[in-house]
Amino acid sequence: MAKTLYEKVFERHIVDKSEDTYLIYIDRHLVHEVTSPQAFEGIKIANRELWRKDSIVAVPDHNVPTKDLEKGIEDPVSKIQVETLDQNCKHFNLIEFDMSDKRQGIVHVVGPEQGLTLPGMTVVCGDSHTSTHGAFGALAMGIGTSEVEHVMATQCLILKKFKTLNIHLEGYVNPGITAKDIALYIIGQIGTAGGTGYAIEFTGLAIEALSMEARMTLCNMAIEAGARAGMIAVDQTTINYIKGKPFAPAGEQWNKALEDWKDLYSDQDAIFDKKIIINAADIKAQVTWGTSPEMVTSIDGFVPDPDEIKELDKKNDMLSALKYMGLSPKQAIKDIQLDKIFIGSCTNSRIEDLRAAANVVRGKKIAANIKLAMVVPGSGLVKAQAESEGLDDIFKKAGFEWRAPGCSMCLAMNADRLNAKERCASTSNRNFEGRQGQGGRTHLVSPEMAAAAAIAGHFVEVGTV
Amino acid sequence: MNRFNFHSGVVIPLDRSNVDTDAIIPKQFLKSIKRTGFGPNLFDDWRYLEPGEPGMDNSLRKINPEFILNKSEYKNGSILLARENFGCGSSREHAPWAILDFGIKAIVAEGFADIFYNNCFKNGILPIKLKKEMIDQLFNLAKNQVLELTIDLTSQTISIKNDIFTSFEIDEFKKYCLINGLDDIGLTLEKKELIKSFEQAYYKKYSWLGIK
Ligand code: SF4
Repeated sequence: MAKTLYEKVFERHIVDKSEDTYLIYIDRHLVHEVTSPQAFEGIKIANRELWRKDSIVAVPDHNVPTKDLEKGIEDPVSKIQVETLDQNCKHFNLIEFDMSDKRQGIVHVVGPEQGLTLPGMTVVCGDSHTSTHGAFGALAMGIGTSEVEHVMATQCLILKKFKTLNIHLEGYVNPGITAKDIALYIIGQIGTAGGTGYAIEFTGLAIEALSMEARMTLCNMAIEAGARAGMIAVDQTTINYIKGKPFAPAGEQWNKALEDWKDLYSDQDAIFDKKIIINAADIKAQVTWGTSPEMVTSIDGFVPDPDEIKELDKKNDMLSALKYMGLSPKQAIKDIQLDKIFIGSCTNSRIEDLRAAANVVRGKKIAANIKLAMVVPGSGLVKAQAESEGLDDIFKKAGFEWRAPGCSMCLAMNADRLNAKERCASTSNRNFEGRQGQGGRTHLVSPEMAAAAAIAGHFVEVGTV
Repeated sequence: MNRFNFHSGVVIPLDRSNVDTDAIIPKQFLKSIKRTGFGPNLFDDWRYLEPGEPGMDNSLRKINPEFILNKSEYKNGSILLARENFGCGSSREHAPWAILDFGIKAIVAEGFADIFYNNCFKNGILPIKLKKEMIDQLFNLAKNQVLELTIDLTSQTISIKNDIFTSFEIDEFKKYCLINGLDDIGLTLEKKELIKSFEQAYYKKYSWLGIK
């Protein structure tokens, strides 16, 4: 019978089934400091063992500072959380890339970079952006802390089958359109609950043309469309990326793996529960204007007018979003002036993102109204690579701060944050109220768009700076 | 795990959709390494007029009198009413921990984000999904009076006074665990041998995943 990619991966991991509830085996468990301490504590209290220690790789990312690293973490509460992770990893003898390790970085950047994520795997992490890893033809999803504990103790997860949603891009995107634009456009079309209950598989020529890093950007934001998992079939691009990565199989095992991975795509006549077709050429560069990723329009667009909305609850949501964002109806996106620029996060902090942004700012200076523009590479290795290419210089000369890796101002758990009413062009994934600091106003964009906005001081077509 | 079987309580009408987990419990409170103590910071940005940090004495902070949880009639509310896509955003289980710590036992909404929905069950909170018309009706009822609901998980019904208002759907396995307060890990570990034999066959076939 013809199967979808999701079904193929799901079925290899079924340990047990009763009615529609499955016990699913987990291959890779990524761990960070925020969602793990209570799970480790639960394991210790119940006197349980960890089922398969070598499936776990831990890395602190949310709380780590991105400058003055020699001072360590100044916030005592953050410090305890990171130290708790270190202690737990020591206690249970787990692999950890701690703050002093050059491989440290955002968990969803580090995993693929190390070859920890492989096609056909089930990958979990106590973090919703685990969907990122689906770019490798893996079934990857975020879980809560109780589930983190469950996977640690049993190597399994209790799951229902998701429904399957195929988002198919017809044709190619126009030049200059990034994976971030594709992601935001899709969310704008289907809404932040559009994928709830589904695993999304992205297909089409425009997807096949994406690099691995771009595919990760797209799958990363599947969760912003409500889907716990986003997936893309395995092809030569996937295989080229994985080859030679530290944790990737080698030698004879590599050949065996390749043989297996060839099958990781949806069969031609596989049936999805739902299919959405998007004309790739319709996608323009995107900018969010509201407090939910679905509140988005294109760079040549306008802030919408609540008076034109009939449904009362939608209208109220829009009114409160505009109030929070300090925007007026029908205002042109290009007229929005910015205070800060953030290039980073698990969505857009990989080397290709940094190269793309550097290309825009090369030889230019950030506008006078920009109080702070910062680049936070996704990992120590991305940072080192960027420095070896001289990207740090390009950014610094343009007036950007060049920081150390971590989640940083994506969620502002460390010292990097927006002040109330400050407006930021950000390459992260969530524009919720307070996400980047209480009262802070976030506009989600691609790295190129953030870079162009830094130079112009307001949103602008990337090609025109 | 906490059991849930039968609950009567006051409805807190939070008339918003897409209530995200950053709103439910802002990130600065996620630095705690405990499961409890999050209640005073539930909806912190909306509830207080000044920014909150962990370790503050919340009783000394200026509250936002407009916010629903600060109104005297809802302070002891235990059933949260909301609209679409409640709990969207991050996977933080701190969100249900904060809700539970405040004293909320059930959430009735038009829809929930998947991870949040799951996390509720792990903590003995019952999330109930109802059709938009039903949710609209409940918001209307809660507008003019303090609304009390009785939720009976066994019969899967919600009642107002003694009349059944509606029934609701729930997954059988989740219901069973909630009523009996069962710990998932204990249940799964009863299948230890099954997992072990699965692993043997699995690593034979996918040998590259077995090497360290
Ligand atoms: S970068 Fe942002 S979205 Fe990604 S894991 Fe860190 S906090 Fe979460």
